[in-house]
Amino acid sequence: MFGRLMTRLRECSHSWSAYRRYTSVTAEDVTAFRAIVGPNGVQTDGLDAYNTDWLKTHTGHSELVLRPKSTEEVSSVMSYMNERGLKCVIQSGNTSLVAGSVPIDNEIVLLMGRMNAIESLDTASGILVTQSGSVLQTLEEYVNERGFIMPYDLGAKGSCLIGGNLATNAGGLRFIRYGSLHGSVLGVEVVLPDGQVLDLMSQMRKDNTGYDLKQLFIGSEGTLGVITKVSILCPLKLKHQTVALLSLKSYDHLLKIYDKIRRQLSEYLTSFEMMDALSLEAVVKNLEQSHPLGSHNEFYAMIELSANDKDHMESRLSQVIEELMSEQLISDGTYANDDNHNRFLKLKSYRERIAEGLLRDGYSYKYDISLPLNVFYEIVEVMRERLKDTDCLKVVGYGHIGDCNLHLNITSKAFDKRIKTTIEPFLYEYVAKHKGSISAEHGLGLMKNSYLKYSKPVEAIALMKQIKKLFDPKNTLNPNKVLPND
Amino acid sequence: MGSLRILVGCKRVIDYAVRIRVKPDKKGVITDGIKHSLNPFDEIAVEEAVRLKEKKLAADICAVSIGPQACQETLRTALAMGADRAIHVEVDDKTYQTLQPIHVSKILAKLAADEKIDLVIVGKQAIDDDSNSTAQMTAAFLGWPQATNASKVEPDGAGSVTVTREVDGGLETIKCKTPAVVSADLRLNEPRYATLPNIMKAKKKAIDKKKPSDLGVDVSPRIEILSVEEPPKRESGAKVESVDDLLTKLKGLGRI
Repeated sequence: MFGRLMTRLRECSHSWSAYRRYTSVTAEDVTAFRAIVGPNGVQTDGLDAYNTDWLKTHTGHSELVLRPKSTEEVSSVMSYMNERGLKCVIQSGNTSLVAGSVPIDNEIVLLMGRMNAIESLDTASGILVTQSGSVLQTLEEYVNERGFIMPYDLGAKGSCLIGGNLATNAGGLRFIRYGSLHGSVLGVEVVLPDGQVLDLMSQMRKDNTGYDLKQLFIGSEGTLGVITKVSILCPLKLKHQTVALLSLKSYDHLLKIYDKIRRQLSEYLTSFEMMDALSLEAVVKNLEQSHPLGSHNEFYAMIELSANDKDHMESRLSQVIEELMSEQLISDGTYANDDNHNRFLKLKSYRERIAEGLLRDGYSYKYDISLPLNVFYEIVEVMRERLKDTDCLKVVGYGHIGDCNLHLNITSKAFDKRIKTTIEPFLYEYVAKHKGSISAEHGLGLMKNSYLKYSKPVEAIALMKQIKKLFDPKNTLNPNKVLPND
Repeated sequence: MGSLRILVGCKRVIDYAVRIRVKPDKKGVITDGIKHSLNPFDEIAVEEAVRLKEKKLAADICAVSIGPQACQETLRTALAMGADRAIHVEVDDKTYQTLQPIHVSKILAKLAADEKIDLVIVGKQAIDDDSNSTAQMTAAFLGWPQATNASKVEPDGAGSVTVTREVDGGLETIKCKTPAVVSADLRLNEPRYATLPNIMKAKKKAIDKKKPSDLGVDVSPRIEILSVEEPPKRESGAKVESVDDLLTKLKGLGRI
């Protein structure tokens, strides 16, 4: 009884109100978990880093972080939590941009990073089998050495884990060439909310036997099960990569070169990104980098080409660029091939570090939308106009123009409610009007679950709720996220 | 009035990011199909020459590379960055294996004399052999002053150049008369990305081909490579629970 009193007093001291949203973790629970994952797998102190998301939009109040090493440990942990009515948020690299993997309140954080064993890579087929806690960059380097690449790539690759990438159906920079994880993932092993291990692992390219359940977990954002193992198809690594940065006068110019490059370099093209002047400025000024071109312009395209024959690829690229320059569609530019790896990576970093650069402004309001190409950039200008009387610092647009996916970002020194209400729900209504997606690749998480109705019909949302109830009747995993709360 | 004629040394080296592997015959490292790029310190040297030209302190930049046919690519990089012309001193693969700074510096010295050069700028060392000798030997062969490990190069346009050098104790500033030899250190500048117009122009610039014999330089080997091996694998460490454990272990290993 004294134990329970102490727990209650401890609970009170963590916040002004004694109310904690979810069932609290007790000392007995901690002991039980320690028996499952070992003393090194339990952490009750110094949890700040796990309680706050990368964008610093939300801080939870978790008092317990667990680090399982194996599927069996995950299964035992889940089964215990489910029985006790405890809530759990699964966290990989904590790189979610919608606060999807931090506790809302006092959920237990299940950290997947210890489960990072790479099990096998079949060099004949390119099929990689790995535990879900492997860092994407580690996997990329591993398969690179053996003649393959991962089918997807993101700026967060140094921190994100493959399990989290699958849970969010990560898109990224190679999407234009290699498509969605729904296509490249061949199998998963998942621990269901009640602890049951569901073996959907496969190393077969084709398997049309029954409903393809793994597709439900891909993109489920940790609400239907814990992904513990992945088998994924890796494309062949082509010998040479070249990245080109081109500067353009207007969005219209960009659309024209996109069309030409897409057609004429289709066999080489692995990435086609765009950034506007302010996005590049965020990297150059905020991260103190030298300007890659020495001349400023309104828009930039960053394209990546891959081929086995370097000379052929570069001569084609240079032909196309010469034509575009003579047609005055490109103002300036540069390109670097990966023979000089340092320079190659540095040039790519001007695109990959935009989010990091913007964060230095203070607070970022991030929107990740799909829109048809003809109105793709219009929303940035509309927003700029709408926000001109507020304290916002920048309104920028950049992203995967090849996939019609715009990252619209607004920054200010600190969170400003007026800015937020000027943006939302106007932005979502605009997207809905153009039949776009309110979240192209970032998912819904905590920040966008109420807006699902702008992209999916009522009947679809009702079915999603039924599916959630079927997999997770006690709502153990990632409660109050992804699906709307009404 | 700047009219410095500059010669820049450009060595083609295995790119720093490549994992080096020793050949099965242990006589060298594998270079076939491996990515090569311009030695980073030479890249800095080229950039400095181009900046001097932009400041109107230099009138002509000649890039030179010594080695097999593929060196032409390295020279194209230098041309794209802004060098005016290039010289490729061709050496076959076998001779290249035993080419040393002493050979290279004789070649650079001869070219500097022939091309009426005022300033030779090279990288302080190449990332493959780390010799850090070519600038010094070239100056000696020419009888010119040398300013190595430069982090700042300031010609006065009147026959002298002030160079800030990175030395162990900090920075040393020296002034020497031109013609002189300078070697570039890391903090001299940040090399630019060649812009498209320059990349296009570079394709049309001529690369002059020469042989060491044309320059009267004997490149026959002065060394014999006995063997090349990987460094011994780092052994894993061991964790101990207490200071007593540590002492016991160290005693057991005969370390104390």
